[in-house]
Amino acid sequence: MTDHLNRIGVAQLGFIRRTGRWAKDAAHAVSLVRTWGPLLALQMRRLGVDSIPIALFLAVFTGIVLALLASYIFTGAVPLYFVGALVAKTVMMELGPVLTGMALAGRVGANIAAELGTMKVTEQVDALETLAVDVHAYLVVPRVFAATLMFPVVTAMAVAVGVVSGWITATSLLDLSTPEFFKGVRQFYHFKDVWFGLLKSASFGAAISLMGALTGLRTQGGAEGVGRSTTRAVVLGCEAILVLDAFWALVLL
Amino acid sequence: MIRFNSVRKTFGAKQVLDGFTLDIPDGQTTVLLGYSGTGKSVALKHIVGLLEPDEGSVEVDGRIVHEMSRGELTAMRASIGYVFQFSALFDSLSVADNISLGLREQRLPEDQIVRRVAASLERVGLADQGTRFPAELSGGMRKRVGIARAIALEPRYILYDEPTTGLDPVTSAVIDELMVRNKRELGVTGVVVTHDMRSAFAVADRIAMLYQGRVHLVGTVDEIRRTEDPLVRQFIEGRP
Ligand SMILES: Nc1ncnc2c1ncn2[C@@H]1O[C@H](COP(=O)(O)OP(=O)(O)OP(=O)(O)O)[C@@H](O)[C@H]1O
Ligand SMILES: [Mg+2]
Repeated sequence: MTDHLNRIGVAQLGFIRRTGRWAKDAAHAVSLVRTWGPLLALQMRRLGVDSIPIALFLAVFTGIVLALLASYIFTGAVPLYFVGALVAKTVMMELGPVLTGMALAGRVGANIAAELGTMKVTEQVDALETLAVDVHAYLVVPRVFAATLMFPVVTAMAVAVGVVSGWITATSLLDLSTPEFFKGVRQFYHFKDVWFGLLKSASFGAAISLMGALTGLRTQGGAEGVGRSTTRAVVLGCEAILVLDAFWALVLL
Repeated sequence: MIRFNSVRKTFGAKQVLDGFTLDIPDGQTTVLLGYSGTGKSVALKHIVGLLEPDEGSVEVDGRIVHEMSRGELTAMRASIGYVFQFSALFDSLSVADNISLGLREQRLPEDQIVRRVAASLERVGLADQGTRFPAELSGGMRKRVGIARAIALEPRYILYDEPTTGLDPVTSAVIDELMVRNKRELGVTGVVVTHDMRSAFAVADRIAMLYQGRVHLVGTVDEIRRTEDPLVRQFIEGRP
């Protein structure tokens, strides 16, 4: 019995010590601004700006489907201007951040895991260490910061495009006028809807890039290992999005 | 001085180093010989703290590597150049940026970085290749860039992991000469892992033969040439 408790105690101590060391390493890496600072703009472009097309593509179709779906649900039951409310609210609060996050988990998470995984198995990560370059500051920090900063930007654009595509669908395919659509949008709008969505997307960006970087750096065993890491990063990223999505809903709504 | 004290290292169930003890004196080139997979690369990685021994220790200048603080480790790594077996060049960076990365990290002034990059490319005979990318280079050129990246740090030690493997005899001889000149002109202490006997005899002051996780025999070049030890003779002569 005491032996068993002892073992649990030892395991916990190990966990606390590991977490402590990890936190210290992370804090040290973040403090090395000279190492990651110059790389931030490049990563913001690669992970953020280059992701805009796919995010907007998704947003267009989300807006169309939502408008059609809303009109199908509301016709005969609720005034049709509610279509505007439903489209705007769900795009801002849920579908904009989550669908963008999912798409970018595939793009950004996989990209980071594949790149760092390849660097790991070709000993480029070891080479960085022997050159006394802090691997976390050089490889992980700029990617995580770039994704955390750029996901809300990309999501904001996706939200705008989603609402506009819902509006175009509503006015051209449904019997809804522009003033009616925006009456619905305005009536139920709260500023919180916007920051709630953007805050979520920032947390998705942080989680996806961190998963990608850490699985990438833990890659073992050649090209096959890189493939495994990439898949793993995408799966973990999507799971993290769903968990965080529920977490923010519980905490903030 | 680099010193291995009874280093033991296992990966899972595989025992790689088992009581590996070796002194590497300053100012000389020590060659590590051994069959493929005996742990030569693993031994080199212990010197710079990329791997930690399960038992025993590795000392660099009297300090135990796995007990160093972050600052000590950084300083120690800055005094050691590492030439990787497969070059390990950063493929997203140009040749010049590959070489300057470590110098930038040491916060050298920019004009000095430029000078050192040019000088080390010159030394390996690639003076005009600074703007090219690793993917555009041949295997031999990559190895030489790897060496340039190491000497740019002006290190006291350079660890060469199979610098001539897979190269034609002439390119191999060029790299051998480079290693000898690094020792003679820059005063670098060298550790060379190889199974190329011609290269070993060309660059070595001392030769150590690794077998089953430990040093089987160590001696000067002449001693190794004349040894009657059957294992070493078989390896030197390349008999099956
Ligand atoms: N990170 C690692 N994880 C698991 N096993 C490893 C690792 N590094 C090396 N090994 C194993 O240790 C053994 C020795 O590897 P090492 O690369 O040191 O051989 P080597 O003597 O350099 O061989 P070669 O001449 O072919 O380069 C091999 O069996 C290898 O599979
Ligand atoms: Mg090797």
